[in-house]
Amino acid sequence: MELENLTIEKAHQGLLKKEFSAQELTERYFQKIEEEDKKIHSYLNLYQDLAILQAKETDEMISRGKKINLLAGIPAAVKDNIMVENLKCTAGSKILESYVAPYDATVVKKLKREGIIILGKTNLDEFAMGSSTENSSFGPTRNPSDLERVPGGSSGGSAAAVAANLCLFSLGSDTGGSIRQPASFCGVVGLKPTYGAVSRYGLIAFASSLDQIGPITKTVEDCQTIFNAVLGKDEMDATSVSLPPSGGRDGKSQIKGLKIGVPKEYFIKGMEAEVEKMIKAAIQKYQDLGAKIVEVSLPYTEYALPCYYIIAPSEASANLARYDGIKYGYSTTRREQKTANSLLDIYLQSRGEGFGAEVRRRIMLGTYALSAGYYDAYYLRAQKVRTLITKDFEKTFKKVDAIFSPTSPTPAFKIGEKTSDPLEMYLSDIYTVSVNLAGLPAISIPVGKTSSSQNQGGGLPVGLQIIGKPFEEEKIMEIAKMYDNK
Amino acid sequence: MISKEEVRHIAKLARLGINQEEEKFSKELSLILDYIEKLKEVDVKNVKPTSYSGKIENITRKDTEAQKSEKTSKLLELFPDRKKRFLKTKQIF
Repeated sequence: MELENLTIEKAHQGLLKKEFSAQELTERYFQKIEEEDKKIHSYLNLYQDLAILQAKETDEMISRGKKINLLAGIPAAVKDNIMVENLKCTAGSKILESYVAPYDATVVKKLKREGIIILGKTNLDEFAMGSSTENSSFGPTRNPSDLERVPGGSSGGSAAAVAANLCLFSLGSDTGGSIRQPASFCGVVGLKPTYGAVSRYGLIAFASSLDQIGPITKTVEDCQTIFNAVLGKDEMDATSVSLPPSGGRDGKSQIKGLKIGVPKEYFIKGMEAEVEKMIKAAIQKYQDLGAKIVEVSLPYTEYALPCYYIIAPSEASANLARYDGIKYGYSTTRREQKTANSLLDIYLQSRGEGFGAEVRRRIMLGTYALSAGYYDAYYLRAQKVRTLITKDFEKTFKKVDAIFSPTSPTPAFKIGEKTSDPLEMYLSDIYTVSVNLAGLPAISIPVGKTSSSQNQGGGLPVGLQIIGKPFEEEKIMEIAKMYDNK
Repeated sequence: MISKEEVRHIAKLARLGINQEEEKFSKELSLILDYIEKLKEVDVKNVKPTSYSGKIENITRKDTEAQKSEKTSKLLELFPDRKKRFLKTKQIF
């Protein structure tokens, strides 16, 4: 069993043909994690005993000749801001260091029902705030392509685990690019579904009008499998919806006649030359296959990042008010030497000590933007700009089937390279945030590696972002598949 | 420019303890806010604000009595301090 060549379908066939048992498969992953995750640090917590127990159940079903689901016995990893009942869920934060999830997130519940095996919980930027996984309170994750570099973020642990074959697929969350950018940096596939397509129940909230859960996988086929297993309306998440039946799933998409938009505003200064070259080559490939390439304009693009950095921190400052040292999580009342004399002291101390630098920065920024006298100038204005950004896409999608762009302006950067300048770090998400503001689906697929001469550790993966109309996940995934299928 | 005084005020609103970090926050927040100032260039007259993507309104459910579940006891166990089924905290008034 070569983990490197395994996909969900191949693993399923292997189980059916009894080439290996689910237990053997699971144990093989733990062996590889043991060997390699000391360097990469993609996992925060591992659950070997529980996983083996689950694997045995699948094996028993197989041995009794029962029909098993495609996902039965498939080893997976879950980002540590998505709750799995009775397992720790830290969100990468000291404030939730000993928090144990009291219930399953809906996505986890659905995947458990299909029979997946959860190997462990993966590292992330604290509360999913960051683009490099360096903001984790439990140390950074390293990029499997080059250990001196970041895996991207915030779902850096989930992307690195898939890239290093430390699981067969993983779940991430994406508020401004947190699935797509790490998928791009690690050379794997990552899908951010349409806002509302997947239930967020059991996801630790960051910015509720932007957050979505999605899969990180090795192939687009695997991505389709996981997306189809987790999508749908959930009464526990009022913002979730049933996908309209059309959804681009009316038969196979044809590449002939396919119209692909390339926004002129996306090919600007700041993009690394080699990334630009590779993305243009990928676009050329689609043209050669028969697609029509159309230059389009999204004039409000340059306002997306500042708009995001009002809306996301504002919502975060409200969402994170719940970590008060009273109900759960880190609390100074637990300290032996009592330092809190009043209720206010508990709030100030627990939050002051429990949250890390970037989270504190965003809470401050959000609180400022929402405070009396500034609300109209910042938050309300940003919401209006959000409307204009959404309209940009609506207009463009009248002319094209999908929009192509780089996922990130650069390949993976060095650990520590951008930690001293928050703004520099934010620019890593310049092509991904608009998609969250407009609530659209988008996928990042690997389109090769940079030439190894540029980097001592070898070539670095580059990702192509394919953006679709609302609820047309199936269509963008079909388009993504054409890249490899020829 | 965010003054140190403003930093202290925001931290208080956010219930966030800061330890002699006024200077740091003042510098960082000012930089980010300068960048965000860019939004002022946009003409937003007659533009309606978007708070959520998609059309979601008035989602209701039946107002039924909550069932005591296993979940409840798990939530109780997460309290930092409690007395039986009650959350214990410092006095509020």
